[in-house]
Amino acid sequence: MSRKTLTRRQFVAATAMSSAALITAPYVRGAHAAGKLSIGFWDHWVPGANKASTDLVNEWAAKEKVEVSIDYITSNNKKIELTAAAEAQAKSGHDILQMPSWWPQAYAENLEPLNDIMEPLLKQNGEVNGTVKYLGQSGGKWLAVPATPGSQIKGPCSRIDLMKKHAGIDVQEMYPAGGPPKVENWTMDTFLKAAEACQKAGFAFGIGLGETTDSVDTAGAIFQSFGAELVNAKGDITVKTDQVRQAMEFYKKLIAFLPPDAPSWDDASNNKWLISGRGAMILNPPSAWAVAKRDAPQVAEQCWTHGFPSGPKGRFAPYLPYFWGVWSFGKNKEAAKSLLVHLSSPSSIEKFVAVSGGYDLPAYANMSKFKTWEEEGPPKGTLFHYPDPYKHQTLSIAASPAPPKIAQQIYFQATLTKMALRFARGETMEQALAWAEGECEGFMRS
Amino acid sequence: MADVVVDRTRVTRATGARKGTSLRNALGRKSTVAFFLTLPLILLIAMLVLYPAFYSLYLATLNKAMTKFVGLSNFTFLFKRETFWMVVQQSCIFAITAVIFKALIGFIVAHFVHNIPGKKQRKWRGMLLVPWVIPPAMSTLAWLWLFDPSYSAFNYTLSFFGVGPIPWLGDTFWARFSVILVNVWYGAPFFLIMYLAALKSVPDQLYEAAAIDGANWWQRIWYVTLPMMRNIIAITTLFSLIVTFANFDIVRILTSGGPLDTTHLFATWAFQVGIQSSDIPLGACVSLFMVPILAVAAIFILRDVSKRGNEA
Repeated sequence: MSRKTLTRRQFVAATAMSSAALITAPYVRGAHAAGKLSIGFWDHWVPGANKASTDLVNEWAAKEKVEVSIDYITSNNKKIELTAAAEAQAKSGHDILQMPSWWPQAYAENLEPLNDIMEPLLKQNGEVNGTVKYLGQSGGKWLAVPATPGSQIKGPCSRIDLMKKHAGIDVQEMYPAGGPPKVENWTMDTFLKAAEACQKAGFAFGIGLGETTDSVDTAGAIFQSFGAELVNAKGDITVKTDQVRQAMEFYKKLIAFLPPDAPSWDDASNNKWLISGRGAMILNPPSAWAVAKRDAPQVAEQCWTHGFPSGPKGRFAPYLPYFWGVWSFGKNKEAAKSLLVHLSSPSSIEKFVAVSGGYDLPAYANMSKFKTWEEEGPPKGTLFHYPDPYKHQTLSIAASPAPPKIAQQIYFQATLTKMALRFARGETMEQALAWAEGECEGFMRS
Repeated sequence: MADVVVDRTRVTRATGARKGTSLRNALGRKSTVAFFLTLPLILLIAMLVLYPAFYSLYLATLNKAMTKFVGLSNFTFLFKRETFWMVVQQSCIFAITAVIFKALIGFIVAHFVHNIPGKKQRKWRGMLLVPWVIPPAMSTLAWLWLFDPSYSAFNYTLSFFGVGPIPWLGDTFWARFSVILVNVWYGAPFFLIMYLAALKSVPDQLYEAAAIDGANWWQRIWYVTLPMMRNIIAITTLFSLIVTFANFDIVRILTSGGPLDTTHLFATWAFQVGIQSSDIPLGACVSLFMVPILAVAAIFILRDVSKRGNEA
């Protein structure tokens, strides 16, 4: 009986091939995705919206034979941020965690690169805007996948009747449902005049000056429309520039027309201001309008969501994207990636938008003209311009383009609103700028 | 030459017996039993207090990215920050003012309640404890609505007298006033109940003797009540000072530290810096600053208590 002997060379080759097969095997997605998957999703404001996520996940789980568990985590009192911080420290937790805007960058070292799924998704759904790249990418590596649930533009939501009566502005004509915006005259000057007129008539614009995101996002868009950056993209402090001074002067004038308690406003205050019928405009996603539909229908039917006014350096709208991140220490990364692809398919995205009543905004270029935004009402077409279908504004986040880890500090310490408020409350321009410069120097530590 | 034969087995047996006895003795001792009974609590404290405390000490020595040891440079960085010194000042203002008012109100109300006869006193005691029993996060939400400048009961009521509207949480003075007020409202019942217990333990004979000596009500308080309550006042003040200094929920819910950071305390600023701004080492540093301040207060107050204890 002949016995074939294994040469040393054959043995090495066979071992190498087996090892390569073993190593690469987990990276084959789809049919091999199995086991358990734990997911932490943001607990949606809109009633019933979580069900869409659950249904989509279950649909995928049944197909892929994966056992899933979902936790819906509220963003109230920073529960998601606390969860992310705890999981990153413990190197244990959910496989997928939905994160607000700044957190992929904050935990970049702990997140699995997702280029392998983002590239096909971009081909399928269209490009994403600069803010999504700024927040979701680091050194060419996609840290997380832009999530549709929770992503929002905080544009103006105006009262049609009050703006027409007191400021002489027909917002429906300026932003017609189904048509392109006619915004040549919709500038920061017009905005300021309208704020003054409405305040004198007893219906001040509901813009907060507090330390929560709504106040900071508004300040961010206004500063950017003047080209004002506290720290530039290279990480240099640029507080003492003419652009920052111009933005501060504008803000000081605007603050005079805002409610006196605006410095204490949180993210619910502007919603209450609109729903109670006391304000002619707030800067918020359509959640306030959605609540008004239920609690104050006479207010809701006069609401119109539209684009931001333009400043000397362009038209910027505050944009807050959410992301789905996959922890690098996760146990079932392949299944996680497979699920994220499913949740980012056009049909899933359309479902997210529909169940949230148009609140959720997809990040992708080809996904801004769903029927939901055309049909939602009353008044019909009130949300048509919410997703910026004609791309006439730059969707941006406050404190950008500073390097994200510095920008995050500027954002959460509310440096923009604080410096504007200091100036408006009697500090000189130079004092307010020196204070902001000192703060930014503090944010530079690595 | 050895002239003694040593029986090794006997020695071993004797040692074993001694060991058995000493183990039995040790287990039989009251202190050992007490130790084992408290062991679950000691383990719990070690897990939930000591471990996090030492972990935060470790965190405070790391750089922002938590990748390298930087010694005390986070602390020296904080010393140079204007906001940090503002937080130190505010925490002191908040804690000292709130504790003084809580103690004062607790003392006065305890006297009133002490003078209410039997059954009625139980009802009043129960009612006055309500603010302390409600979870502060919940009651503070109710206060938040009361302070709302546009729709609240406070400003609505004041409007009948031609006053206001007052920006309760939007102006530095009023915001500080509001957070202290809520803390006093929440904490005064604790002082009340402690002082009431202390008042009940003051022997009536002392008051009778004082009355015979012709002491008026103020002299009775100054020479009888206060000396008898000194220890309980000191311990209550220390305990409340620690809790008030470390307060988080009231400020977080009412103002989030605003306007312009003027109501931030150590805990709320540590949260903002550590969790919201993703600078966990700096956040740990801020929260650790409470330790030396409270340690100094504890040393002074407890030293005084033990001194008086020895005198007694």
